[in-house]
Amino acid sequence: MLLNAPLSIMMALPTVAAIILFLVLRGEDEAAQRNAKRLALFTTFATFLVSLIVMANFDPSDTGFQFVEDHEWFAGLRYKVGVDGISILFVMLTTFLMPIVIGACWNVTTRVKEYMIMFLVLETLMLAVFCALDLILFYIVFEAGLIPMFLIVGIWGGKDRIYAAFKFFLYTLLGSVLMLVAMLYMWWDAGTTDIPQLLQHRFNADEFVLLGITIVGGVQTLLFLAFFASFAVKMPMWPVHTWLPDAHVQAPTAGSVVLAAILLKMGGYGILRFSLPMFPIGSEVMANFVMTLSVIAIIYTSLVAMMQEDMKKLIAYSSVAHMGFVTMGIFAINQQGVDGAIFQMLSHGFISGALFLGVGVVYDRMHTRDIDAYGGLVVRMPVYALIFMLFTMANVGLPGTSGFVGEFLTLVGAFKANTWIAFGATTGVILSAAYALWLYRRVMFGDLIKESLKAITDMDRREKMLMAPLVVMTILLGIYPVLVLDIIGPSVEALLGQVTEAQLDWAASNQLAAN
Amino acid sequence: MQENINIVLPEIILAVYAMGALMFAVYGGKDRLSGSIFWATALVMFGLAAWIFMEPAGRNVAFNGAFIDDGFSRFAKVLMLVASGVMLLLSQDYLKKFKLYKFEFPILIAFATLGMMLMVSAGDLMALYMGLELQSLSLYVVAAFRRDSVRSTEAGLKYFVLGALSSGLLLYGASLVYGFAGTTNFQGIASTIQEGERNFGLLFGLVFLCVGMGFKISAAPFHMWTPDVYEGSPTPVTGFFATAPKVAAAGLFARVVHDGFGGAVADWQQIIAFLSVVSMFVGAIAAIGQTNIKRLMAYSSIAHMGFALMGLAAGNEGGVTALLVYMAIYLVMNIGVFAMILNMERDGNPITDIKALNMLSTYQPAHAAALAVLLFSLAGIPPLVGFVGKLYVLQAAVNADMAWLAIAGVIASVIGAFYYLRIIYFMYFGDEVEPLSGVMPIMHKLAFYGAALAMLVGIFNLFGLDPWAAEAAASLLK
Repeated sequence: MLLNAPLSIMMALPTVAAIILFLVLRGEDEAAQRNAKRLALFTTFATFLVSLIVMANFDPSDTGFQFVEDHEWFAGLRYKVGVDGISILFVMLTTFLMPIVIGACWNVTTRVKEYMIMFLVLETLMLAVFCALDLILFYIVFEAGLIPMFLIVGIWGGKDRIYAAFKFFLYTLLGSVLMLVAMLYMWWDAGTTDIPQLLQHRFNADEFVLLGITIVGGVQTLLFLAFFASFAVKMPMWPVHTWLPDAHVQAPTAGSVVLAAILLKMGGYGILRFSLPMFPIGSEVMANFVMTLSVIAIIYTSLVAMMQEDMKKLIAYSSVAHMGFVTMGIFAINQQGVDGAIFQMLSHGFISGALFLGVGVVYDRMHTRDIDAYGGLVVRMPVYALIFMLFTMANVGLPGTSGFVGEFLTLVGAFKANTWIAFGATTGVILSAAYALWLYRRVMFGDLIKESLKAITDMDRREKMLMAPLVVMTILLGIYPVLVLDIIGPSVEALLGQVTEAQLDWAASNQLAAN
Repeated sequence: MQENINIVLPEIILAVYAMGALMFAVYGGKDRLSGSIFWATALVMFGLAAWIFMEPAGRNVAFNGAFIDDGFSRFAKVLMLVASGVMLLLSQDYLKKFKLYKFEFPILIAFATLGMMLMVSAGDLMALYMGLELQSLSLYVVAAFRRDSVRSTEAGLKYFVLGALSSGLLLYGASLVYGFAGTTNFQGIASTIQEGERNFGLLFGLVFLCVGMGFKISAAPFHMWTPDVYEGSPTPVTGFFATAPKVAAAGLFARVVHDGFGGAVADWQQIIAFLSVVSMFVGAIAAIGQTNIKRLMAYSSIAHMGFALMGLAAGNEGGVTALLVYMAIYLVMNIGVFAMILNMERDGNPITDIKALNMLSTYQPAHAAALAVLLFSLAGIPPLVGFVGKLYVLQAAVNADMAWLAIAGVIASVIGAFYYLRIIYFMYFGDEVEPLSGVMPIMHKLAFYGAALAMLVGIFNLFGLDPWAAEAAASLLK
């Protein structure tokens, strides 16, 4: 049973638990709340175990999809799931982080049952995004994630949660619906919604004139732009990143962790799964544009981050900058770039998750995120200061942490593609050191003079336990990155081979037409 | 003749039943019989729906082509009969509370439903008009059913005046078509077009027909009556307006343009695409400012009709399938939402202000959750079934090479998502207000939770709706 449909079982587990919670658990007393949290924690652990089994049986040398399940659905659509070298690690990232996320909500006392249900449903949807092998199935789960996240921000969020929730929802929805139209066009053009088949399909790239504008790369460019509208908002990329700081600041700690560590990765994953392999010509046409946006994002948002007064907002802007490295790496369209982009996404999942958890630790004690409200914490909280130091350094990209590997690889990739882009992005690395170290200095160092901070306590056992796995992963991937690169390598190579082949064909046919 | 009668037997049964019940009640116990007549009417409707549902496939024509019984009409009739019956049963408690529990109500609804059944089966402009007027006249009366309320009588009058105007336009179009085609029979009109006699007069008639039907389906820019009538009518009547008559009007529209003008797709496609785009945007934008939930549902229905028309605008079999699937899903969502609206009250007074739903989730969490599911579904957010309806119509538009229409549609749906979300926001993170006090009767609970559950579970296989709709569409386009 488990070996027949491991992915479906993995995806179904959290939802089944959510349904049990919804139907069975009654009351708002402490015992009920504890039961809800325990069930959620237990389920996320079980899901992680199932994903470990999948990982153990995964064969990295096979570049096709593995553990494929394929069933009839309605209207000619199919329920088809599977993983390959690119998606398996995102699945692992999700299942690995979810127990930590549940652990981070241990202090919540309002509507605990609903809170747990939201996160469990969200886990199912996130896993399904990474496993879906049907275009429309992908869209459904990609979009459905908005509902729980909207409610998480809206119900359990901070003071301006309503504005943030609406902005988050409508921004992302607008991006996605354009992708839906593009998907329907692809369905019509290729006659299938099956992703493996679509990966083989070559969409028309003949240029044509639309409203007086010559579209180089033709339909592919338009499709690319429609998908890009969705993924760029999700990533998020400058200039459509403005929903992210709002959503992050207002979201509860656990919500921020999920948002930064997993939901943002859907954008990058989408580009790797759809934009690049399905529209290679469109990607080539738009590559410089995207890389330019990425570099602007890296430099601009790093500068913006420097001026933030709110810790969460600062980390949110730094996330945008780090996602800039991802898009830059992907559109370098070479092995180092794409490898680095995936690596950066995974490592950012651990680092940003840990940073938001870290902010949550002091927020729980002081109920403020103002940087100015802190100072000299190292005196009272040595363990916290140490852990925060590690993740600050990882965020900057210090060698020995996973942040370094991702940034370095994407920079190498970008350097090969375009020196100026790499030059700009490297400036961003320096800026990131500036804002991160400045944050660290203002919060941790100096004299502990504020009255309110004198009684602050260090991290408790639960908080240390939440941080421990993240510390291990950050350092492990920093000193032994091959762990990841071996798994993604063959799939990335196959993907790039296909993309380059299509691009060469296109160049050749253009050459012919020119002669 | 015998054969003809067998084909129209369901309609005849409903007509005879309605007239018989009317006589029985008038000479019998009058309003003391209301309860039994409500139930009897609903049961007759469910019985007929089951009968029509089980009828063998095939196309039967009666009365020289004036009445068509095919898969398409059967699909629409089942939807309408079930919706009418359900809305009838749901309206009982409300009508009792406001002393409107009269025997005429179910009988008028039965006549309206009969009119709708004739509309979707019409094969001739005369039959079309007959069905349409039977339906409309009954609806004018139920709109003004609360005689002592100024709003209700105003609604009835407004509906009547504008409805009469639209009927006039439709008749004018029909007379033009007759004048240029020489026949009122759809088949005859179709063959005239086939023979290349596509002249200006015929198209002029078609435009007027489309305007008239646009009124009935409440497509913008002919939607002006909708918000006022929805707001003024008693809530059960509003619920009824939002369900069965919409299916009938959409069915009629599809019938006329495909059966009668199937050879001139390019001519009506633009008209319908225009109606579709304008409806979607008017519905989405105008709803944002509404504070009354009935008015909001009126604009929501305008926007939804825009989406349904997008399927029709595709002008092919996939488009009609999409239209039917969309209407079926729309029906279920609206029944669910109106089951909730019927029970919004405080101290015995009906409340229609959206803000009254503030913090519903704290004292009625199950209601809030179910309503949230229905609203997300109306907004077309996956994985709820409302999305599937949108998926179908968008796909039809893209396949018909009308990607621009699909893009306009998705943008309108994002704008529209805002006002549905606003209600959810009131329910889950609004301000504290005095709570609603209504207790939901079991029947409403059944409809309300049933609809919400259907929206969640339907994503697995859509309850087998799509092959049935595809069959119905195929029978229309032959």
